Amino acid sequence: MRQFWVFVVKEFYHIVRDRRTMLILLGIPVAQILLFGFAITSEVKDVQVAVYDPSRDAVTRQITEQIAASSYFDVVEMLDDASRINDIFKYGRINLVIVFGENFAENLQHTGEAAVQLIADGTEPNQASLIVNYIEGILASYARSAMPAATAPSFTIQPEVKMLYNPQLQSSYYFVPGIMGLILLQICAMMTSIAIVREKETGTMEVLLVSPMKPIYIILSKSVPYLVLSMVNLATILLLSVFVLHVPVAGSLFTLLLLSLVYIFLSLSLGLFISTMVDTQMAAILVSGMGLMMPTMLLSGLIFPIESMPAVLQWVSAVVPARWYVEAMKKIMVQGVGIEYVLTELGILTGMATVLVVLSLKKFNVRLN
Amino acid sequence: MENVHNPVIRAVGLTKRFGDFTAVDHISFEVSAGEIFGFLGANGAGKTTAMRMLCGLSRPTEGEGFVAGYDIVRQSEAVKKNIGYMSQKFSLYEDLKVWENLRLFGGIYGMKEREIKSKTERILHELGLEQERNTPVRSLPLGWKQKLAFSVSIFHDPKVVFLDEPTGGVDPVTRRQFWGMIYEAAGRGITVFVTTHYMDEAEYCDRVSMMVDGRIEALDAPARLRRQFDVDTMDEVFRRLARRATRKGD
Amino acid sequence: MNRVSATGIGKSYGPVKALDDISFDVAPGEIFGIIGPDGAGKTTLFRILTTLLTADAGRASVCGLDVVKEYRAIRCRVGYMPGRFSLYRDLSVEENLRFFASVFNTTVEANYHLVADIYRQLAPFSTRKAAQLSGGMKQKLALCCALIHKPEVLFLDEPTTGVDPVSRKEFWEMLMRLRADGLTILVSTPYMDEASLCDRIALIQSGRFLKIETPRRIVAAYPRKIFAVSSSRMHDLLRDLRAYAPVGTAFSFGAACHVTFAADDCPAALEAYLTARGHSSLRVEEIEPTVEDCFMLLSKTPDDGKRA
Repeated sequence: MRQFWVFVVKEFYHIVRDRRTMLILLGIPVAQILLFGFAITSEVKDVQVAVYDPSRDAVTRQITEQIAASSYFDVVEMLDDASRINDIFKYGRINLVIVFGENFAENLQHTGEAAVQLIADGTEPNQASLIVNYIEGILASYARSAMPAATAPSFTIQPEVKMLYNPQLQSSYYFVPGIMGLILLQICAMMTSIAIVREKETGTMEVLLVSPMKPIYIILSKSVPYLVLSMVNLATILLLSVFVLHVPVAGSLFTLLLLSLVYIFLSLSLGLFISTMVDTQMAAILVSGMGLMMPTMLLSGLIFPIESMPAVLQWVSAVVPARWYVEAMKKIMVQGVGIEYVLTELGILTGMATVLVVLSLKKFNVRLN
Repeated sequence: MENVHNPVIRAVGLTKRFGDFTAVDHISFEVSAGEIFGFLGANGAGKTTAMRMLCGLSRPTEGEGFVAGYDIVRQSEAVKKNIGYMSQKFSLYEDLKVWENLRLFGGIYGMKEREIKSKTERILHELGLEQERNTPVRSLPLGWKQKLAFSVSIFHDPKVVFLDEPTGGVDPVTRRQFWGMIYEAAGRGITVFVTTHYMDEAEYCDRVSMMVDGRIEALDAPARLRRQFDVDTMDEVFRRLARRATRKGD
Repeated sequence: MNRVSATGIGKSYGPVKALDDISFDVAPGEIFGIIGPDGAGKTTLFRILTTLLTADAGRASVCGLDVVKEYRAIRCRVGYMPGRFSLYRDLSVEENLRFFASVFNTTVEANYHLVADIYRQLAPFSTRKAAQLSGGMKQKLALCCALIHKPEVLFLDEPTTGVDPVSRKEFWEMLMRLRADGLTILVSTPYMDEASLCDRIALIQSGRFLKIETPRRIVAAYPRKIFAVSSSRMHDLLRDLRAYAPVGTAFSFGAACHVTFAADDCPAALEAYLTARGHSSLRVEEIEPTVEDCFMLLSKTPDDGKRA
């Protein structure tokens, strides 16, 4: 047992003395959380709007003012000529052009109908449809308030929409669990595999093998420091999301930690497994980087919702550990459900971890060939 | 040594400091065309640092140096064009075939296609490697690799070739064949600057310098050094000088 | 009983035979040298004996234990210093030593007497990182780390490669002292001049042992008279000697050429022949061959000395 602890201490020396890696390990979570939280949001903000208004009457002016007053839109240009609409998109500054029909107010007055055309930049379809929805909302509310009941159709259905769990539709609710799945995997799997393979590369593994030290000790002691590090990261992410991004932890903290611990174990064993397959640090980085990060980013539901994937990809995503973790974390953090609702995910993760640990212990070579 | 007034390598007070540690301490020497110059010293005496400066890879802290007529600081690109370099560790691409390596290095030094072709044939013939032209370098025996690496390092007819422990671990017969190739290159006027840990090889040099703690402590023909120290072998000369070293752990 | 014993060891990597029918024994307290160039199979042999690789053919035992079946027991009883730099570069001298002591379930204090001699030279740098040590110092530290658990057999794979002559000599002096303490040492080296320091040596080339003997007997078994010839023009001497019909082999050996003759004795006409080719200060004397002479004779076809 003393052997084991000496080994763990040595492992900590390696980590602490490599300042740059240390910084990356502790900095990555902070950077990613802040990046996703503030820079990369899927909400609509500061949309650049141009208006072509041939009728120039009181109504169009009022509508334009209302749009400009909203925090989502900046009306940056009033066009004099419809032929410039195409050009203005090419410069890429404008996200939306609003084209009012001629004699807008008059038509509205007399027929109760007036034409508005919304032209959005479709290169970013999600953003475009969001923008259009918002504008439609503004137009509708203007119509309701400006038109007295007399001219309104006698029969309307007004849906009242309520967003459960995330009333403001903040995207951070959605990505914080995803980021956790990504970072814990990065730290545990990638760093553990690199740490083991490094000993193969420098030749120290040879000396360790020709010693009474049990292989299982070598393996376990390699993962302890990264277990500790990932706990630190877990705490950092949680604190940042609660206090900076204001994402509440709706469910029980205990369940959350339990789930994360299982996921960390799984990631560590993935790292061990990789280290038994490759012989160079380069290969370890490639396998854990491309082999783990890409599927995690694409198939865990972090970026694309799993439900909208083709069936084949949905099946593939079932073997991506992060998918189960992220799903369960969303339930706990956002929906605030109890442990009984995430038992499936917990079970799958535990199963995966067990299989990996057994596999890597079997594969770990007590010799060099 | 007939060309003393027009040396191919000239170092004047060349110095390199890392922080408060002086790796190379005001070394001065000249090497003339076609000379085989042995650059000896214990591990950590500063040989590699000095060699890097002369190859234009590292800026001297003090002093100046000229290689093949170019200033190693201001004209380091021209220096690199006119030297060849070979070390024990890296010299050839192991996963490329023999001819591919020759083609690559010829291309790197901007040789013409036709010249590369004819020289490749000549080298393969001289080394007896015609049958191995399509063999990946990885599967050649070490001795052949080193001989091929040397041929590659002088492929572009450089004025100077720097050899960093070229014969480490090579079998005795091939080691001697290697030195045969060095003589031949020197005979063609290529200046050879070589480091080695085999003291019998020090005897094969026209002159050797002995570095101790970053300074050149002795520089002369091997026979004269032996006479000067009144010993029989270069091994003894080396030992006498290295014992003066105070720098140990660096 | 023999400390190390190998019978018919063979190992292939694909079509390449790394080791072919290697058999030898090492007695307790012996320094056994395995001498040969890089790529001859030295490292593979060491890895088989230290239980890191399994052989394709043959059997081997260390301390009477089978290298395949009883590998775990062997690992407690041998010390191993691989050819590559095998310390933790980011740990200090002292931390490295302490770590390896703990790996072998012992402490530096318990076995300090084993390494005291060597460690004394390292002590001034005990807080320095291993990466910042010179070649000679690294090698001493690696030796300390391999010794700290009091092994019965020490395996040193090319401990002196790339190390300067002075540090090499110091290293061998340490090995001599360790042998005096009763340690059995297997050491490999590409430097032929180190052969005479071993009790017995095996010359290895292309995976085969050429000979196993004491250095003295190997030298004594050299079948010919050998002469050291030197002149004022060493560069031309070798060429002129090889062009001389009675010469059997001629090789450069530092300040002289080592020459054998087809008729064994040195022909009286040699000096006249060389003088005619402009050589002066001629010296020709019969000498005792070196291990390197023997290695060249054993490893190559007889006409190498003419062709090379």
